[in-house]
Amino acid sequence: MPPTVGVVLFPGSNCEFDVMEAVGALGGDARLLWHGDPGIGDVDAVVIPGGFAHGDYLRPGAIARFSPVMTAVAEFARSGGPVVGICNGFQVLTEAGLLPGALQKNRGLKFLCTTVELEVATTDSVLTNRAAVGDRLRVPINHFEGNYTCSPETLAELQGDDRVVVRYADNPNGSVGDIAGICSAERNVVGLMPHPERAYDPLLGSGDGRVLLESLLAAAAGSTEAAA
Amino acid sequence: MTFDAVVEVQLRPGVADPQGATIERSLPTLGFGGIAGVRVGKCIRFTIEATDQAAAQAEAEDLCARFLTNPVIEDATVTLHEVAPA
Repeated sequence: MPPTVGVVLFPGSNCEFDVMEAVGALGGDARLLWHGDPGIGDVDAVVIPGGFAHGDYLRPGAIARFSPVMTAVAEFARSGGPVVGICNGFQVLTEAGLLPGALQKNRGLKFLCTTVELEVATTDSVLTNRAAVGDRLRVPINHFEGNYTCSPETLAELQGDDRVVVRYADNPNGSVGDIAGICSAERNVVGLMPHPERAYDPLLGSGDGRVLLESLLAAAAGSTEAAA
Repeated sequence: MTFDAVVEVQLRPGVADPQGATIERSLPTLGFGGIAGVRVGKCIRFTIEATDQAAAQAEAEDLCARFLTNPVIEDATVTLHEVAPA
């Protein structure tokens, strides 16, 4: 049985079908989850896709965390289930308190829509268990509020506990420590600004996001103990 | 008692404010030479029912901490004015 991946649809999400297409192409069974539903069914992993959940009103992710589905997502995360937030999904996870820190406006006040080079910083996460540390991946970014920030104590903790998952090779947005993605202390919740689902096949300009999604599917299938 | 509440949300000191910086950079073009330290925030207004001003203040501050601000990057100040009974 292929692993099932629930993709949360909020009003204003706009990358849900890209994620479903990529998951399907890589052998997973993608399922749409409506934000207003109180449960997530029996999925093996959850992706919170990019977009503008609830119009980004107040702050990106600020309203989304009150959607009924988020209680179930938080419980799933607490029980060790793989949860990945991409772009706006990363913002939702920080606002929901599932990941530390916050995403502020890009340095330079420019909306960034380009392809960047990422460096895999750890393989001990549900998004990188099939990659190698130091792998260079070309993956698109598409955001205005992607400048990761956190307190110096949190930054020290993230770096000390090997919780930075991917870094920018050439920091585009001012993120502290060149951070493009981080994981939770239990390593099963990952948030990142770049869009691996837009780079799962060379036909899209880069196939480098494939290893990230394959890692997620492996984690979902429970077939991979994250490399120590 | 009913109070008019004004919540001013601003980025915490040290958090980069590219909007403020961009506004500030444009000012000399308009002839405003002596303005510095431009910071952009937001203002949220509402009315609040409470037994007294201290209770209203406490509730509004709780609202700020849990919802209206992201404490990682934002601070808020709450200003209350009692609404005179009609």
